[in-house]
Amino acid sequence: MLNIIVCIKQVPMVSELPWNSKTGTLKRELAEGMMDPASRRALEAALQIKENLDANICAVTMGPAMAEEILHQAKALGADEGVLLTDRRMAGADTFLTSHILSRFIQREYNSFDLVICGSQTSDSETAQVGPQLAEDLGIPAIGYINKISVKENTVEVQRHVDDFFETLSMDLPGLVTIDLSAYKPRYLALEGVEKAFENPDIRIIDAEKLGFNDDFNALKDSPTRIIDVFSPTTQNENRVLKGAVKKLVDQLFDEYGKVISSGMGKDLKTHEHDEV
Amino acid sequence: MKSAKDIWVFGDYRNYFQNRVTLQILARAVDLATTTGGKVCAVVFGHNVNNYVAEYIAHGAQKVYVVDDERLSLYSLETYSRLLTRLAKEYKPETILVGATRFGQEMAPRVAKQLGTGLTADCIDLEIDKKGILVQIAPSFGGNLIAKIITPVQKPQMATIRPGTFQEQPHDDNAIGETIILPLPKDLPEDRIRLISSEYRPAKKQKIEDADIVICGGRGMGSKGKFKKLFDLACLMNAEVGATRPVVYSEWISHEALVGQAGKNIKPKILMSFGISGAIQHTAALTDADFIIAINKNPNATMMKMADVAIVADANQVCLGIIKALKEKIRD
Repeated sequence: MLNIIVCIKQVPMVSELPWNSKTGTLKRELAEGMMDPASRRALEAALQIKENLDANICAVTMGPAMAEEILHQAKALGADEGVLLTDRRMAGADTFLTSHILSRFIQREYNSFDLVICGSQTSDSETAQVGPQLAEDLGIPAIGYINKISVKENTVEVQRHVDDFFETLSMDLPGLVTIDLSAYKPRYLALEGVEKAFENPDIRIIDAEKLGFNDDFNALKDSPTRIIDVFSPTTQNENRVLKGAVKKLVDQLFDEYGKVISSGMGKDLKTHEHDEV
Repeated sequence: MKSAKDIWVFGDYRNYFQNRVTLQILARAVDLATTTGGKVCAVVFGHNVNNYVAEYIAHGAQKVYVVDDERLSLYSLETYSRLLTRLAKEYKPETILVGATRFGQEMAPRVAKQLGTGLTADCIDLEIDKKGILVQIAPSFGGNLIAKIITPVQKPQMATIRPGTFQEQPHDDNAIGETIILPLPKDLPEDRIRLISSEYRPAKKQKIEDADIVICGGRGMGSKGKFKKLFDLACLMNAEVGATRPVVYSEWISHEALVGQAGKNIKPKILMSFGISGAIQHTAALTDADFIIAINKNPNATMMKMADVAIVADANQVCLGIIKALKEKIRD
């Protein structure tokens, strides 16, 4: 049986963030959580592998207690297990520490793993660093940004299109892949999946102590990077603001900026609707 | 031998675009080194790479570490990352900067982990603080904010840099630099990843990065069907269509069209921005646009503040209005 671990993350719904531009603060606690879109693709890749061979899918996430929601979602979609790594002392971990915590879990609790699948980058921080760093921490090979994976016994073959190169690569398991944002379009939740999740609603919850971290462990403090300032992007362009009915706005746009637009297009434009040349 | 204040720039040259990124970072490293006092060094791995060594010196590298070996002729993540780690342990640079190309984004995290140091992804600026520490400036919290990040204790300080962030220096044939040629260590572990095939397949012809007019659409377009009207407009204007992350995630358009972090940087003569609020991941990719026309119902959106012309209206309606007007105005 192929043991697959899928690393997923709960992220705020970015476009809906309650963000105060005056104070430059983000009301994170008000932001509704969802499963990160790249994580959903990672899970989808695992589910498709499981369609063709005997596999066990363990979905793991690190986050606050509320992140348990996405594990239920993952199980409803077809994951066999859900594991939540949660502890106040894990908060504030940078990618170095996050990957180390995930690695600890995998090594201590799941030593017989074959394949780790991550999304290429989460929608909230987009570093794309946790996957490669997790592989390094586990001492296994990794291939990023893949579009296609096939598992043959103890090896995987993958395809990807990176930096304008279309590549086919293979590696022996255990190994890690990250799924490109263009691949493995996630499925919708099927009703039978929801029922299955209810039959087996258990989520394992694991804290820092269970992972063998000592009393001094503090992810925020132990992370090599430190955030020293956070600010809102400011823009103070002297600009022209046009308001009114759409028809009038479009006319005004061409009246005032027709030359700029026409030169950008490389085409002549009639300066006025009715003029004849 | 030890070079405690040096700034290293990874020589990423696999295609034209990646090489430009290396030159851009070299230019910034030269600025930073005037404050820190260290040398700017390029690190080049490959086979028959003398032309890149010369190019990096002409663009500001005072020293180039080169490992030139037939076995390095193809980019290899495992070998390159182990090699960079080994050189960094030996020569102890203060800072390592890597372009945020796909390769750089995969290699730098592994090197940082091997070296036990921090790494900031996709920086949009770099500064040196009063203590001489590298301040790495990067989008954060879903692009709504910008964070200043440091690696206060561990060395080297590492960052990947978004392509297009800095301006490369002019080529200077008279520049002088030292070249340090190193052998490929014999005891590097074998690569665990096997390359079965690799084919250079550049993306479609008129790339959005080079387009004179770019039309970008955001969620404010309303729906996938309405978003498609932007292609009609693009067709009339000889423009390329770009999109924000929420649009790409909603699958209104393929990921190829993403403008901003994890996507493309653009430098059009005209940018038309429809229904985009302006998260920093997106707007940081627009700094080289000459003229911005933004359309949004919300006059306070960041994108509207950035624009030269801000049209307060429904993005979809204005799109349709411009299409209609252009059909009348374009001379046959």
